Parts: sequence; structure tokens; C-alpha cells
Amino acid sequence: MAKDEITKEFKWIGTTPDRPDGLDKVTGRARYGADFNLPNMLYAAVVRSPHAHAKILKIDASKALAMKGVKAVVTRADLPEGLTGEDLYLQENTLAGEKALYDGHAVAAVAATSQLLANDAAKLIEVEYEVLPHVTDVDKAMAKDAPVILPDCADHTVPEGMGPNVARMIEFGRGDLDAGYAEADLVHEQSYTTEATHQGYIEPHAAVGQMGSDGKGEMWVCTQGQWFIRKMCSAVLGTDPAQLRVTPSEIGGGFGGKTTIFMEPLPLALSKKAGGRPVKLVMSRSDVLRATGPTASASMDVKMGMKKDGTITAAQVTFRMQGGPFPGASPVGEALSCAFACYDIPNLMHVGYEVLANRPKCAAYRAPGSPMAAYAVESMVDELCRELSLDPIDVRLKNGVKEGSRASYGPKFKTIGLAETLEAAKSHPNYAVALGPNQGRGVASGFWFNHGGETSVSLAISEDGTAQVSVGTPDIGGSRASIALMTAETLGIPYENVRVNIVETGALGVNEPTHGSRATFASGKAMWEAANQAIKEMCKRAAQKWDIDPEAVTWKDGAAHPAGDNAGQFEPMSIKEIAAEMGKTGGPISGHHESTPSGAGPSFGTHVVDVEVDPETGRVTVLRYLVTQDAGRAIHPQYVEGQYQGGAAQGIGWALNEGYIYGEDGRLQNSVFLDYRVPVASDLPMIDTVIVEVPNPGHPFGVRGVGETGITPPLPAIANAIHAATGARLRALPMNPPAVLAAIKAMA
Amino acid sequence: MSKMHVTATVNGDEVEFLADPRETLLDCLRDHLDLTGSKEGCGTGDCGACSVMLNGRLVPSCLVLGVETDGATIETIEGMAPEGALHPLQRKFIEHAALQCGFCTPGFLVAAKALLEKNPDPSESEIRYWLAGNLCRCTGYDKIVRAVQDAAAEMRGAA
Amino acid sequence: MVEVNLWSGLRKFTDGAEVVEVDGKTVGQLLDGLVAIHPGLEPVIESGISVAVDGEVITGGRNTPVEPDSEVFLMQQIKGG
Repeated sequence: MAKDEITKEFKWIGTTPDRPDGLDKVTGRARYGADFNLPNMLYAAVVRSPHAHAKILKIDASKALAMKGVKAVVTRADLPEGLTGEDLYLQENTLAGEKALYDGHAVAAVAATSQLLANDAAKLIEVEYEVLPHVTDVDKAMAKDAPVILPDCADHTVPEGMGPNVARMIEFGRGDLDAGYAEADLVHEQSYTTEATHQGYIEPHAAVGQMGSDGKGEMWVCTQGQWFIRKMCSAVLGTDPAQLRVTPSEIGGGFGGKTTIFMEPLPLALSKKAGGRPVKLVMSRSDVLRATGPTASASMDVKMGMKKDGTITAAQVTFRMQGGPFPGASPVGEALSCAFACYDIPNLMHVGYEVLANRPKCAAYRAPGSPMAAYAVESMVDELCRELSLDPIDVRLKNGVKEGSRASYGPKFKTIGLAETLEAAKSHPNYAVALGPNQGRGVASGFWFNHGGETSVSLAISEDGTAQVSVGTPDIGGSRASIALMTAETLGIPYENVRVNIVETGALGVNEPTHGSRATFASGKAMWEAANQAIKEMCKRAAQKWDIDPEAVTWKDGAAHPAGDNAGQFEPMSIKEIAAEMGKTGGPISGHHESTPSGAGPSFGTHVVDVEVDPETGRVTVLRYLVTQDAGRAIHPQYVEGQYQGGAAQGIGWALNEGYIYGEDGRLQNSVFLDYRVPVASDLPMIDTVIVEVPNPGHPFGVRGVGETGITPPLPAIANAIHAATGARLRALPMNPPAVLAAIKAMA
Repeated sequence: MSKMHVTATVNGDEVEFLADPRETLLDCLRDHLDLTGSKEGCGTGDCGACSVMLNGRLVPSCLVLGVETDGATIETIEGMAPEGALHPLQRKFIEHAALQCGFCTPGFLVAAKALLEKNPDPSESEIRYWLAGNLCRCTGYDKIVRAVQDAAAEMRGAA
Repeated sequence: MVEVNLWSGLRKFTDGAEVVEVDGKTVGQLLDGLVAIHPGLEPVIESGISVAVDGEVITGGRNTPVEPDSEVFLMQQIKGG
């Protein structure tokens, strides 16, 4: 499909009606994970390791079990043995086995008749540890003499002679680096580091689980993916996934951190041990920060060559990223593939190391790996631009990928919108605002692949001609609104006549979580297929009534019409009329579609930020911020803007404030929001947005996922702006006041 | 530990509950009174998701003990507007798409209402500093600030 | 025959080849064919990879058809947030 072929006028798409869940959410009625209770329910508490690395010598729960009202304790001994690979790591992370592997690693859990009692009982569970040497820093964890976290963790990719915590090595590239650097007028080489940050969703993980001795169970949980919860809990507990029914609650943010399990098997295991009574487990904020999915910390080297005219001739990166104590969690592969995705560079090399460390098991965080990679690469591009006195947008336009360019990770791009986002940034008034003293402007672009993923959707026409859509992708940022809009458009009925339900695992085939920016793309695409099935059936019912060939009936504006004069003269039959009769004309009318759609359509964005740096304190104030990003087609533009603004805010936090701080003892020192400081309203300006629309040929309405790319450019854009304001180049995150002040002083 | 009997006025209704002295007002609202609109995001007074009005003052209910509220007047998100109606802030939050996941929304609404009662015409900066005790991780605050500005303008016009 | 492009780190399993010609009509047949020619690739493919066919990243679709002139790339497996 050419770009223009899917451009057309819409009735509903592109409008901004109230979201269907809005009323529940402004009145406090919406039910989140911790809002759910059941009769005869028990409450759980978890015992966590205070040590970064320790052998567990003994767990004695006798005092806890002797308390009145304490109904069950589980430890690793209660979970099945013999798991391998990721299933084993999930189980290890749920409850430590022989060793506790990070500060906050769960060791035991207890269920009692009240939360206060469970908390008291947890304190009485005695755990004897033998403390072992630990390592939390990624570069130190790479060393040959580093403490061994998981023996023989290296897979087939790791060459002989690496340190014991290197789990995987990745290497890919093309062309001839030396020849490329020889063509360049300027070649730079630098190292950059980023600290781990947390997704920081405001809702802590919460679940109510119930499981009988027969292995049949139910769970109500806040999650991005109910089928992932089902699969992972079943693997950890050794039960049958089909016997576990998982219902997702409203979800109070996820950003990737709720695509996997942390404590979720525990209420099920406790329930099974407590005679099948339901068990509720809600994590504290401190538990969330210590023991759920932060992202990786990274240490990165970049080398790049540029000609005087801005042409990038060659580039290479070496990334080291720790993903916690288990293989497979570090996003280093994604980081490498994103590193140069914005650029058409003939000579490239990428090398990456996945490293284990005594930190929590990493989970996905919004465009996993891409923000760190962008921090290194987009900072380097800026360093070269400044030295060669080139405009950063022009250089990106010159080297930027477009349709037909070969991606740095291999295949050729189809229709993409990087250049359009750069042009939009260049022509935006923000790019022309004159700057004052101590102020600077930074530019950076970002990329995310976008994802299709396993998807199953059902749509049913109700007796009054309204429609209900059952989807399996939890709604985090307004996807019920976007799917309802696309349904209204497809069926030709009012938006208000559509209800989109996020359903439990028993209602549909397997759905991947809401991740990879896929919900509006994949569930929307599957809805479109399902709606067209229903339309075909409704045309058939009309044809039967008119006694003409079903092929001679078309669907327009919510009604069946004779396709032309040859089909005969009939009054159109509305969806309402067809639905009213459906019980007598062949039964319920519905549509269903399942697939693993490809064609997600890569996402690009460009950010422009102006900052002011206080030379006395090093404090950075964000004066104005612009996001331009390709949405393909904005279904509900307000929620597209919301994704851009929210992504930018998270990126600004990562750039300026956020970061895990581990003490010498390997304990996390900032495990509350007072110390792990995410941006607050007074830290930010309004965030300006431009929605660029280069329709994605892989989607019936041209949608591209919009969730992830926005977090990527802020890290380098702000570093570039600080450099422009002060002349100081910060190559480590976070760029908090002490760091900025030190960098300014170092120049003097 | 023995529980204490507490009588209070919540959203205009007289309520009673038995509170363990260790339970916070937030625990009591959620667990004893089934008012789950107030959320626990941190338990340390840093996120504002549990914001309520206690005797006319905006507080994080996770930093107040339930037993301290005997005789108190408490307003929560559930009492933001009379049944069946919406406060202008609630309407403007929906209209401006000032919520994504919605978990922080009750706290923001309670806090914003308290602001507009004190200052019916706040500047952008005053709104941002007043709401700095409420964390939102989804929106970047832009649409929240705009919703509060718009609600304030409407309420000034209506007054 | 379809040309399958590998990432350079896989050359050690393919006697140095970065492009391998494989017979197959679907992604799944290509992957099986690759392992038949170069058994060293089995753990790599088993542990999870992504495949791009004519610019589209196919994550799960072993049955995705490929044509003799399709451009096929093996890629690092991509997870999303």
C-alpha cells in the first residue's frame, strides 16, 4: 500500500471523545489490584533478604506458625524442583533457593487472618545467612575476579577467558570500519554510563490468588498481561495453565514492569497450603523499588567518524549492561539494535555483553535498551556536530534513515517517518526561540521497533445494534478509547454504542501483554478483522431478506445497502434492524480474529529541549520541551500526546534525577519516593507535541505504536542542551546538580 | 493490640469503625469503610495518591493514624461531588485526557479541589507547586495542569 | 533457495558465512534448514530470535511464507515495554 492509499476521511478516528473508563477513574470507583477483596480472605507478607548476596543456611518459621491466626508459610522447599531456563529464573526470583541474590530478594512468605498479623509473623520467621561477597556495578561485575553470582552462566556466545558473570555476548555489523574512519574528517571515541532506573508506576504490585489442592485456581491481579501471569505462575508452581483463571484489574501504570511476575505466585502457593482460602498480597513501595523490575545499568563505548559536511562514515559501540542476577533480563540486544537505527551508516559494528550483578532482576522499561543506547550515540553525534559547527537537525536529516534504507540491524525499512519528525522539529517555533545566558538547546532523535504479538479479539453485535469488543490487552493509557473509536469507524456506529472490555484468560485465546507499543496496533487490527466478519454476516442477513446475492450487498454508514442498481432497489437495512432480528435469522452475529500480526511499523521521534543551568548550584531547569513523533495515524490524538508527554517526562527524570544508589554493603539506599525522586509537576514545563502522521501500511488505519519511543531522546537531548548552556559534556547519568556542578568546575 | 472505637464524619455521613492503633487513616478508609478510591502508592507521604481532606486540611491519609480521627470530618474522592453529579475538576480531567492509568487521579482531584478553594485563580506555577506532592508517572503533568486551569476558569465564570 | 542473512556474531557457527542459502517456503522451514546445514546455530535459534522478512519483523510466525527473492534477516530477539 502506498502512503496515500490509506489516507482517507474518517468520522470517528482522529476525534477526542471522553474515554469510556473516565467516569470510574475520576470518582474513585475504578478497581485496581489492591481494591479487590474476597470472603474468607487471608493477607500475606514477604520476608526479604537484607543482604546483596548470601547463602541461606536455615529458615525457621516455627515461631510464626505458632501464632494464632497464621495459616501458612511458604519457602522455596514448597515449590517444585527441576525447572530450567527462564522458568527456573522466575522461580528463583519468586523465592530464593540456596542463595539470596540481591537486597530485597524474597526468602519466605506468610499468610494470616489480617495484614497486621501477617506483618508480625513475617518478622518472626528466622533466616540464617552466610554473607557472600557481592557486586552491583556493571564494570566491576565484568571482571575476572568478580564474585560468582550464578555458576556457569555463560551461554554459547561467550568466548573463553571472560569474567564469570558474563552471560552472553552479541556481535554484529557491516562494512569496513577502518575504511570508514579513514574517510572521516573527525573521529571521536568516548565512554558513557547510565544508572538503573525504575518504571515507577504509582500502583504497587497487588494480587488476590486462590488455589485448591486440585491445582485449580483463580487470580485477580494488576498486570500488563494476564496470559503471561497465567503461564509464568503455572510454570513456577508446576500447575496446569488452563486450570488457572486470571482476571486483570485496572492497572495503575506498568511501563514494562508489569509484563512479568515477581510475587504473583506467592498468594497462589499460600492459598494452596491454607486449604484454598484466597490470599491477598500487596507490595510496599520499598518492596517495589528493591525487588521489582528496574532497568539495566549500562557502561558504553562509542566511536564515530564524520565528514566536514556531516556525513557519518563509520561507527561502533560496545555496550555492557547488567540485568540483575539471572541471564536473559538485560536489554543489551535491544540496545545494540536501537543504537544506530536512526542512521544510514555504511560501516558499523556492535558488540554487547550481558552481565549478571547482585541487583533485582530487570524487567522491560519503555523501549527497553533504547534510551541508554541513545544517550551514548546521540551524545556522540552532538559532540561531532558541535566540533564541526553543524546544525544537529541538518546532520540527522542528512544521515537519517528513510524508506528503503537498510536498518543498522539488518533489514530494509518500509515507510517510516524520521525525516518528517526532524522537519517538524526544525519548523517548530521552539527551535527559533532566542536563548539567554546559561541557557542551551539540545536535540536528539529516538527509535523503537514496535511489535505485533499474539493477539485474540472477539466482537459481538448486541440485540439493539450496539457492539461489544473483548480484548486481551490491558488498557494502561486509553486503549479502550482508541479501540472503541476504530470499532465505531469500522461498523459505522456511534462511539458511544461500543463497549470495549478487557477480559480474563478464560474468555479468549492467548494474548501477549500490552507491551511493545502494541495494544492499539494489534488489538485494533484484530478488532478490524473481527468487525469485518460481523459485517459480512450482516450483509448476508440483509441479502437473505432481500433475496439477492450476498455479494451484491455493501456496508456503509452502519447499514447494509444494495451494491448498485443491478442489485435491486431496497431501503438500506441498519445494524439496529439486522440485530433486532438476528435471533430469528440465524442466531447471534459476531466476529473473531486471532493472529500474530506483523507490520507493526517502526517508530521514530525527535525532541528539542531548552534548559537553563544555574552555574552556582548545577541545577538544571527545563525551560521548554518539544516532542515530534510519527504516530502513523493518531486514533485518539489526546492520548497519543499523552504518550509523548509521559515518555518525555520519564526520560527527563532518568536524565536529571533518577537512579539506583547502592551502598558499599550492596543495599539499595533510596527505596522510597522521597529519595528515588521522580519528576513532580513543579520540575517540568508544559510539554509541546507535534503528532506526525506517516501512515503505517501494515495497519488498516495506518496506526503505529506510540508508547515507547518518547522516553528515548530526552537523555541525550538534555545532555546536549547542558553542553550548549555550559560547555560541559556530561557522560554519566543522572545529571543531578552535584554532577553538573562538578562538570562545570572541572572546566574552569 | 486492642482496637479503638472511632466515630467520624466521612463525606457527610457519620461512620464508626474499630481501628488498630497501628492502622493509618488510609487503611481504615480502605479496609474498614470500603472507600477504596484513596490509593496507597508509597505509604510514606511522598506520592499523594491517598490525599483526603481532614477537618478542612489537605493531608496524605497514609501519614494520619486512624485512631487520631475520632470526631473528625473527612472528605475523600468518593465525596467530591453529590451522587450523580461531577465536580468541574472531574469533568475537566476527563475532557482534557488528564489521566492515563488513573491511579493517581483521585489524589490529584482532591488536592486540586483544595487549591481552588484557597485560590480560585492560580497561575500555572502555583498549580505546579501545589500539586508537587502528587506523583503522576503517566502524563508528564501537562494535561493535568491544563485541566485544573480550565476548571478554575469555569468555576470563576460560574461563581 | 532463499538467502538468509545472519548477524556477524553467528559466523563462528557457520564456517564464516554471513549469508546462507537455504531451501524453504516458510520461516520455519528456513530455520530448520539453517540448523540442518549448520547445527551450531541450534542453541541460538532455540533460545529465541527474531526474523525479518522483506523488512517486517516476524516474532512468532514460523508459517510466514517466504519467496525465493525475499530478504530474510535473523535478528536479536526484541522484547517490548
